[in-house]
Amino acid sequence: MNNIMTVKDLCLWYGQTQALKNINIDIPEKSITALIGPSGCGKSTFLKTLNRMNDLVQGVKITGEVKYGDMDIFAPDTDVNKLRKEIGMVFQKPNPFPMSIYDNIAYGPRTHGIKNKAKLDEIVENSLRGAAIWDEVKDRLKKSALGMSGGQQQRLCIARALAVEPKILLMDEPTSALDPISTSKIEELASELKEKYTIVIVTHNMQQAVRISDQTAFFLLGDLIEYGNTEKMFATPEDKRTEDYITGRFG
Amino acid sequence: MKKSHNKFETIIHGIFLILGLITVGFVLLITVYLVIAGIPAIREIGLFKFLFGKKWASTASTPSYGILPFILTSIYGTAGAIIIGVPIGFLTAVYLAKVANKKMKAVVEMAVSLLAGIPSVVYGLVGMLVLVPWVRETFNIADGASLFAAIIVLAIMILPSIISVSLTALEAVPPEYEDASLALGATPIETYFKVSVPAAKSGIAAAVVLGVGRAIGEAMAVMMVSGNVANMPKLFGSVRFLTTAVASEMSYSSGLQKQALFSIALVLFLFIMLINALLNSLLKKEKE
Amino acid sequence: MKRKAYIWIMKILMWISVAITCGLVVFVIGFVLYKGVPNITWKLLTTKPSYLTKNIGILPDILNTFYIVIATLVVVLPLGVGAAIYLTEYATNKKLVAVIEYAAETLSGIPSIIYGLVGMLFFCEFLKMQTSILAGAMTLVIMNLPTIMRTTQESLKTVPQSYREGAFGLGAGKWRVIRTVVLPSCVDGIMTGCILAIGRILGESAALLFTAGFAHTINGFVDGLGRAGATLTVALYVYAKEQGEFEVAFAIAAILMILALLVNLAAKFTGLYFKKKVE
Repeated sequence: MNNIMTVKDLCLWYGQTQALKNINIDIPEKSITALIGPSGCGKSTFLKTLNRMNDLVQGVKITGEVKYGDMDIFAPDTDVNKLRKEIGMVFQKPNPFPMSIYDNIAYGPRTHGIKNKAKLDEIVENSLRGAAIWDEVKDRLKKSALGMSGGQQQRLCIARALAVEPKILLMDEPTSALDPISTSKIEELASELKEKYTIVIVTHNMQQAVRISDQTAFFLLGDLIEYGNTEKMFATPEDKRTEDYITGRFG
Repeated sequence: MKKSHNKFETIIHGIFLILGLITVGFVLLITVYLVIAGIPAIREIGLFKFLFGKKWASTASTPSYGILPFILTSIYGTAGAIIIGVPIGFLTAVYLAKVANKKMKAVVEMAVSLLAGIPSVVYGLVGMLVLVPWVRETFNIADGASLFAAIIVLAIMILPSIISVSLTALEAVPPEYEDASLALGATPIETYFKVSVPAAKSGIAAAVVLGVGRAIGEAMAVMMVSGNVANMPKLFGSVRFLTTAVASEMSYSSGLQKQALFSIALVLFLFIMLINALLNSLLKKEKE
Repeated sequence: MKRKAYIWIMKILMWISVAITCGLVVFVIGFVLYKGVPNITWKLLTTKPSYLTKNIGILPDILNTFYIVIATLVVVLPLGVGAAIYLTEYATNKKLVAVIEYAAETLSGIPSIIYGLVGMLFFCEFLKMQTSILAGAMTLVIMNLPTIMRTTQESLKTVPQSYREGAFGLGAGKWRVIRTVVLPSCVDGIMTGCILAIGRILGESAALLFTAGFAHTINGFVDGLGRAGATLTVALYVYAKEQGEFEVAFAIAAILMILALLVNLAAKFTGLYFKKKVE
């Protein structure tokens, strides 16, 4: 399998505090990579580094190298907006815009210059189908997205991310605000999406990592402790700390 | 995947920076203009003579430009308005914040915001036709247009500011303080005045200072009820404020007389800046 | 016993204060409407004053007021909203933000007579606008800038950060995020600011005396901007103080009062409407 992203010696500071320490990870294409670890371990920070969402936080300093394909994402001539188009993101809390369902999905394509109505209609339908929510919303595309249930909103946000045809989807604990049924729908969806997309998902839920991911990275206090095949890591963790965590001794 | 939007975004950023700085620009503009326009007359007349001269006779054959009467009138008028307006406003605020039920509170707050929305010329008009004759008859003087009438009008006009700022401060008092006092056996009323009010004191002080600012800066309403003669202030005499001194002669003045009016505005501006600084430090304290 | 007396005295003082406050409102509004409404005639509203026919009409003043409100808002809205956007979305330097906010506080504390004076010096004389509606409007722009800025800022702060993140995450640039996601979510704040500003403009007089002048001629909007003209408040002042035409003055006062009531209601309802919409 090809690696779509490679991370070398990544360090990150928020002001004086170091949040990530010498992280090295290769992310294989068209697979699901889970990032696990206790709160504050740096997994979300790491995720947000991959599409430079950390740029929005003041006082962040980054060293090391993150490559997307052959491209250094921190290179001064990188267009962050295009990078984020290729590497989409789904957030912890569903965050649809206060617009209609249609406009939510069309927001990304419009941002990147697609104006043709027929083309947009097609993208909206395909994205909603891709996120397995088309049948639920096809009759109310012009209604506000804020009227949907939490689970629907999150799938809408996934559809919205798909609409710009990203290569990678970053998911930051996408099910932590949802009920079990909505959660399982999102998990099923993620498993289907990896046919076409590369997914990196942060999760608090160990079972979720086992259920859906191909490889897992365990973070602790800004260090990457262990990274490898999910089944193998949960069956025979190499590091004592990983074992303690996945058997529920802390966290 | 090279940058292309970057220049565009930089330009937009620059535009917003300029818009942000416009406020600062306006303050500088006002300050610079007042200083430039206000200094020459003070130079010519002499600072001491200007500030402490007791006689203002700008149109006399040998004109005299002393603005002490205006300064004192403004100070007395403001003080009077505060003495009358603050207790009423403050007690109303305590009532609204602590005693009133929801419905009553909504009604009174609506009334207060209406009071704030009445234009100052309307206050002036009602003052001219109701208050001034009343003062004349009650106190048996030749003309009711006086410092006293101006004080009453100003006291009414500053009520809304006093009430709304004190109200905000009183509502911000943590209920734990009050609970503690109530648990010690104090009655609600005692609690409000002995615990809540002291806890909100810097906010209430800010309300007073804001009231001072409003009162000292008011021109039109005062012009219509104060008689507008440049006397040294007397409670039941016709007087002229700093603001009305500027307004009443501006339309026909020229030369040194006009420049002296700018100097008066400069003095007024300095008063206001002082009050603003005080207000800001009080509000900062309140936030902490 | 002493305690009981204290409690009662405080209670009574509070009631008296509330009664005075409410009584004043009822009295002033009632008195003005009572004296003014009967004098509001069709002829007063639709004609202009003439020394020949001894007619007094306030149509020019109504038009001038309207022009000045429009001209002021057209300029102050972009400035105020833009400044607010800078402060909440762009500014990273805390000191600069503090300076700008302090400047806005200062502006809102400056009395209108001083605005009138500086407006006269800067707009009428230095920029050669003469005594005109335009000069008056520009003066009011400076006065109302802090209002628009503050209400917009408050409202920008309530736009959830997640909206911005969502849009950035899709690869939208900063300006696009602001224009398409942030600004539409704070229309309520901008509306409230507008209404407050309209209220202030309607009631303003001291700042307009020497900038917009006293003329009572009927002009179209574009011509009107360049010429002197009294607004309703200034006309009220002139009719009451200089000409002793109290019936007209009260009629204008009643109109101003009704407008103030409407502005008040509008502010309240936009607040409620948008609150509901958010929920």
